[in-house]
Amino acid sequence: MADEVLDAKGLNCPLPILKAKKALNGLDDGKVLEVLSTDPGSVADFEAFCRATGNELVEQDNDGEVYRFLIKRVA
Amino acid sequence: MAEENGIKVPSNAKKMTIICTKGSLDWAYPPFILATTAAAMDVDVTMFFTFYGLQLLKKDLKLKVTPLGNPAMSMPMGGMHMVMPNMVGMIPGVTDMASVMMKNLIKKKGVASIEELREAATLSDVRMIGCQMTLDLFELDKSDMIDEIEIGGAATWMESALESDINLYM
Repeated sequence: MADEVLDAKGLNCPLPILKAKKALNGLDDGKVLEVLSTDPGSVADFEAFCRATGNELVEQDNDGEVYRFLIKRVA
Repeated sequence: MAEENGIKVPSNAKKMTIICTKGSLDWAYPPFILATTAAAMDVDVTMFFTFYGLQLLKKDLKLKVTPLGNPAMSMPMGGMHMVMPNMVGMIPGVTDMASVMMKNLIKKKGVASIEELREAATLSDVRMIGCQMTLDLFELDKSDMIDEIEIGGAATWMESALESDINLYM
């Protein structure tokens, strides 16, 4: 499971990404960050962010209101 | 360029520059959103602030948005959208009112303030260059600007632009 949880609910673009990057910087390689967001745009953005930075999007789901992302830090 | 022990070392990161020419609240967003997001995606970012864009570097930001000459400014209000006729935009006080409305909307929707985005940019080592010519032209003082900036001119931007993958003008 996640090593750290980032609650980005209620925040809009680009704050979930900026806060996720900051949180990932504080983690060791291989550790997993869980991000919670209510921004529908964060789905496409976290996929793009992970593709571009090489961090691994391990899992994502949404319960209709909150989007949840599991991101593994890769060096 | 990354810094190690105070020595500048070339980096292999992708690079981007943005020329920021506008100083209104609405136009302040695109450059700061893209700069901070690019930095979060490991891009080396240089922002060059010229003409009205230089206002975005002031310590004390008093950014405004005006409906005047902007027929696309449609503000949500009570489930409807309000578009102000240009004539109304000319009335004294309407720009201030529109600016307060926009700032309230920004807060309500969880959108970052320009101050927050600018701080995020400085914390993620976005390079910010204020235009010397603009300082002279509008009789502005570097001491009114945030400390994290450097001052330069067209050639300073050009040097960065030549080695960048993306160069944007806003």
